[in-house]
Amino acid sequence: MNGSLHLWMIPLLPFAGFLINGLLGRRLPKWLVTTVALLAPLAAFGIVLNAARGLFGMGPVSGLLASLGFPGSLGSLPYSETCPMGWINIGTLHVDFSFVLDQLSLVMLLVVTGVGFLIHVYSVGYMGDEEGYARYFSFLNLFLFFMTLLVLAGNALLMFVGWEGVGLASYLLIGFWFQKKSAADAGKKAFIVNRIGDVGFLIGIFLLLANFGTLTFSEIGAQLGANPGWTGGVLTVIALCLLLGATGKSAQLPLYIWLPDAMEGPTPVSALIHAATMVTAGVYMIARTHVLFDHSPFALGVVAAVGAATALFAATIALVQNDIKRVLAYSTISQLGYMFLGCGVAAYSAAIFHLVTHSFFKALLFLAAGAVIHSIGGEQDLRKMGGLRKKLPVTFAVTTIGVLAIAGFFPFAGFFSKDAILYAAFTQGENGRVLWFAGLVTALLTSFYMFRLWYLAFLGKPRGESGEHHATPWSMLGPLVILTALSIGGGWISGAWMGVGRFGAYLAPAVGARAAETGSAHLELMLSIAAVAVALVGWLAADLLYRQKPARPEQLAATLPGGYKLLANKYYVDEFYGATVVKPLLVLSTYLLDWVVDKALLGGTAWLLGGIATLAGAILQRWQSGNIRSYAAWLAAGAAAVLIFIVVPWPAVLASLSAIDFSTVWRGIR
Amino acid sequence: MNSLFTQEVPVSWYLLLSAVLFSLGVVGFLIKRNLITVFMSIELMLNAVNLSFVTFAHEWHAVKGQIFVFFVMMVAAAEAAVGLAIIIAVFRARATLAVDRIDLMKL
Repeated sequence: MNGSLHLWMIPLLPFAGFLINGLLGRRLPKWLVTTVALLAPLAAFGIVLNAARGLFGMGPVSGLLASLGFPGSLGSLPYSETCPMGWINIGTLHVDFSFVLDQLSLVMLLVVTGVGFLIHVYSVGYMGDEEGYARYFSFLNLFLFFMTLLVLAGNALLMFVGWEGVGLASYLLIGFWFQKKSAADAGKKAFIVNRIGDVGFLIGIFLLLANFGTLTFSEIGAQLGANPGWTGGVLTVIALCLLLGATGKSAQLPLYIWLPDAMEGPTPVSALIHAATMVTAGVYMIARTHVLFDHSPFALGVVAAVGAATALFAATIALVQNDIKRVLAYSTISQLGYMFLGCGVAAYSAAIFHLVTHSFFKALLFLAAGAVIHSIGGEQDLRKMGGLRKKLPVTFAVTTIGVLAIAGFFPFAGFFSKDAILYAAFTQGENGRVLWFAGLVTALLTSFYMFRLWYLAFLGKPRGESGEHHATPWSMLGPLVILTALSIGGGWISGAWMGVGRFGAYLAPAVGARAAETGSAHLELMLSIAAVAVALVGWLAADLLYRQKPARPEQLAATLPGGYKLLANKYYVDEFYGATVVKPLLVLSTYLLDWVVDKALLGGTAWLLGGIATLAGAILQRWQSGNIRSYAAWLAAGAAAVLIFIVVPWPAVLASLSAIDFSTVWRGIR
Repeated sequence: MNSLFTQEVPVSWYLLLSAVLFSLGVVGFLIKRNLITVFMSIELMLNAVNLSFVTFAHEWHAVKGQIFVFFVMMVAAAEAAVGLAIIIAVFRARATLAVDRIDLMKL
């Protein structure tokens, strides 16, 4: 490695932006706030690009950058930077403050800072008229700080810091409009549900420390590599604990419930945090600790099962949602399930591939939805949209691309990555077929609900009251166009017609190559044809229901009232959790913790102590008469008492007292 | 007779005198109502203690006790100055020196 890549600057730049805008933002002029907020992620993105330039072969640019003091190349990954002061050194516990750049974190960083920058630009237009403009951007920069920290972390503890930090940023941004009760509640819900997962992550970290004596990922990998026979047992427990953490952050069953509510936040936040980057942290974490999962087939199976179940489950809910952002939220949960499915069949590079392409097209779809909401004055109900194609031609065009990409049509980005995961699942053996079938059904449903959204929002006749339509500023359209280009071309980074191809080979040093490729090119072709075919079926079904016969959906809902209500109410999971977890917890807290422990025990004790003191004071205050002679008398009495105590020979007195025979005295008295 | 004058006064006599003086001071402090008399009682107690100091210093041939007496006298002089100033101030403010009436410190 020649020279330093200045990795430490990647998180620090957004942090500086957070400090400047967070502390001084209210006094700074708006253009300066915007400049600071945009420069931080742009500069971070530049550093990441510099580190990645070996990937793209930017010869001339490299020379320019090297002359500016940024010598760097992809010569020898992984590359790491460690804070020379160390971080935690207690007894045998040594945790370094170290950043590691390998193929995996590089890809992730490109997504986080690249898409992050685009969404910052978009936010300038979207949040331009908002009250807390500087506050918004300081939180957004804070998020980037923690996210890059999470991605760059070389050990589990540092990753956990970033992990908690993005949770905090997410909470702050979901509750950005905190005057609105639903937004504040949604923020709290996201934070609390994530805590449940974080407990798992934390226990996983403790178990790692207990069993490996280190938290550094590379050392854990080396120890496991030296013991190829060590499988299952405690490794399964660790992997499942980490999985619990991942299900919280990545909104998987059973902890997905916070993500739909998180849509209360501003739409760019939904795009950045709750679609493109933060929610993929769970997938990243599993890929980062993949050696543990590789040594535990059971945990891998659980990952796959969770992923497939979530993908299918969330997709069915998305079928009947009417809020445009909630459709996208359930879609995100479903696609994250896809990534977990990919991880579960040990196809980590396919999962990361889908993570990348998903971040492109889902950010695109969210931003486009934001443009729609922005232009029609805050309306989010699909039933009140319709016919927006003519009014918002650019948004319509980019949404079309996004829908085609997520539905998995060739040659858009989603096709490649979805195909890679489905292929990996299919070649996994008997259980793999089931997983593959779940994925295929999910693809069908995905195509259906995305085209449903597309038809309801853009085609047909306007259904809502057509109020004034705001024009969409270029700061919003620009990122949309760039993301559209990425959604079209993003799939080609695999460098192959099908499968993960060159991308998989590139990631292999970080996440390992997938063993046992039993398929063939022919099988792969058949599988992709099947995937595109079901996507087409989904489209045709949506076309039939929402274009040709717009009355049919309601009739269908009427003929299947039970099923429709079940889906529309999201399987009553919130109600179920409310009844089984929240309510008992509230009852316990109210009656046992609040009334018995807090009010009766603690409060009673405090009241009793206070009462004793008050009572004693009320009695003793009579001593303080203000009469100097009474004080003097007490003083003299005290001195006399002390004197008597000292002067009287007590042992002798006691001895003579005990010598008296009281029985004779008693008899004598009688 | 002769032996009565050549003989040294026993230490216990000095101490007894000191104790009597001290007790007189205490009793005076407790029963007198006039602030100045109270003040004088305090001086009496101090000097009773001084007498004990001197007695012991003489008995054990230790000079520390003598030195201590000087300290006590010095502090007593300073205290007398401050105390008398306070007494004058109190008299100006309340036109009385009866201790029982000066009870503003009462809760």
